[in-house]
Amino acid sequence: MAIETKRIREDFPILKREVHGKPLVYLDNAATTQKPQVLIDALVEYYSSYNANIHRGIHALAEEATGKYEATRQTVADFIGAPDASNIVFTRNTTESINLVAHAWGRKFLTAGDEIVLSTMEHHSNLVPWQTLAKEKGVVLRFIDIDDDGQFVQDDIERHIGPKTKLVAVTHMSNVLGTINPVREIAERAHQHGALVLLDGAQSVPHLPVNVQELDCDFLAFSAHKMLGPTGVGVLYAKRELFEEMDPFLGGGEMIRRVQLEESTWNDVPWKFEAGTPNIGDVCAFSAAIDYLSGLGMENVRAHEIEMVQEGVRRLANVPGITIYGPESAERRGGVISFNLDNVHPHDLGTVLDHHGVAIRAGHHCAQPLMGRLDVVATARASFYVYNEKEEFDALIEGIEAAARLFRAPVHTGA
Amino acid sequence: MPQSIPEPEFDELYRELILDHYRNPRHSEPLSDADVVAEGYNPLCGDEVELRLNFENGSVSDLSFGGRGCSISRASGSMMTDLVIGKPIEDVRRLSEQFNKMMTDPDNEVPEELGDLEALQGVAKFPVRVKCATLAWHTLEDGFKQRDEGGLPPGGVVRHEE
Repeated sequence: MAIETKRIREDFPILKREVHGKPLVYLDNAATTQKPQVLIDALVEYYSSYNANIHRGIHALAEEATGKYEATRQTVADFIGAPDASNIVFTRNTTESINLVAHAWGRKFLTAGDEIVLSTMEHHSNLVPWQTLAKEKGVVLRFIDIDDDGQFVQDDIERHIGPKTKLVAVTHMSNVLGTINPVREIAERAHQHGALVLLDGAQSVPHLPVNVQELDCDFLAFSAHKMLGPTGVGVLYAKRELFEEMDPFLGGGEMIRRVQLEESTWNDVPWKFEAGTPNIGDVCAFSAAIDYLSGLGMENVRAHEIEMVQEGVRRLANVPGITIYGPESAERRGGVISFNLDNVHPHDLGTVLDHHGVAIRAGHHCAQPLMGRLDVVATARASFYVYNEKEEFDALIEGIEAAARLFRAPVHTGA
Repeated sequence: MPQSIPEPEFDELYRELILDHYRNPRHSEPLSDADVVAEGYNPLCGDEVELRLNFENGSVSDLSFGGRGCSISRASGSMMTDLVIGKPIEDVRRLSEQFNKMMTDPDNEVPEELGDLEALQGVAKFPVRVKCATLAWHTLEDGFKQRDEGGLPPGGVVRHEE
């Protein structure tokens, strides 16, 4: 079943607005996605009909809110093929999920000389927590480099993942290059050496069918707001035995079983990791976003984005002076195209495109080491989702050509 | 929709004079025997600035501007070299203050002595771009500080980070 963008667009009220007098062309989906009316309605419904604190109240509203909150945990578990709802911990975002693992698992189990394998294409959120841990514990960080096609260097995978490796923490899909990494193979190799695997799924879970049991990852982190959901909700999936043996992340209400003045015992998994009142309203509403995506079918979402990438690369490649980064094959990349236009800084390009109603991202995309690796200061990035249509490339290309003219880069139209 | 925020004029940002300095930057040939080399970096957008300065009798006798950046940061640096070369350091410091004021207060009347830099006034209405315009000037102030402190640090370069 193909994605019917015309019908889907009707579900997203924001797509009706104009920007600088032009129809909004929203191509910044890797940063955050827009929200369907069902998600907005779900938020309103929570606050207007069953707002209450969860798990403790003995009244009807508290029971309803608790029921919906825990039902969403099951919905998330089903969406990523997790064996049980208790494999799912709600956080604020992907960054917090990764930090949770660095603190609650890393601090407890890693010692000096242990190695963590990362890659040069990581987002800062999958670098900085490990750098901090490495400093604190004397852990060694190793990095899988990328080749000219924006893919992991196979030799590096084999060279770096070895007997000293305790964790391989890599992105499932690059937020800059779009590269979809061979994480199944990486997990296999890591497990052969007794190491765990954490996947940064911030870009993959919203755009690809992801099944944690098929991938055999030990941790998976992602964010609701990049998959039609509300901001302020992140997810950490982990295998049950890992959650059991990890220490709590934050201490306080909800995460305890019994508190005495000098010491406390912990609540069961997953609540052990959800200290304090969580983001109840946004978690409850998140299920509407997942239901929406499930209704479309993630295979169809993926197929749509392959088409968008193919068309986008084709259109962009016709503009003189364009450099496109990342894998050549659309099958190997998600719905992200990073590019540069000769003699035009991405920020200038972003400003000109904004004037044409086109929202893209310009900058280092929280991946400064990757920018260094590509030898650029920044890139422009167009990223797609279920409501984007091929027709929207007209406005993108028009804006790029306007920028080229303004800053005197050579330009000949091609489509 | 936040209609109350007035929409900044696109043409106010990319004035012809700015584009001219961007396409044809002045004093971009690096000085080979500089007294002070100051580098500026804006981690937010990756803009890099390199200033090479010579001083004579309390004045900026020569200045070159290089690096990588957007049109606003390149134009601001290029215009700065035109304005600053040959002027006493004290005067340049005053100009720098006036420029910073122009960038933070869009309603402030622009003093005549800022010359071409007046063209950058529109940038003040684009908050995310203000640091592009001020990077070269902040780097210049770092260069002055270095001179006052008696020359180059080990490695020979002053580094300013926005």
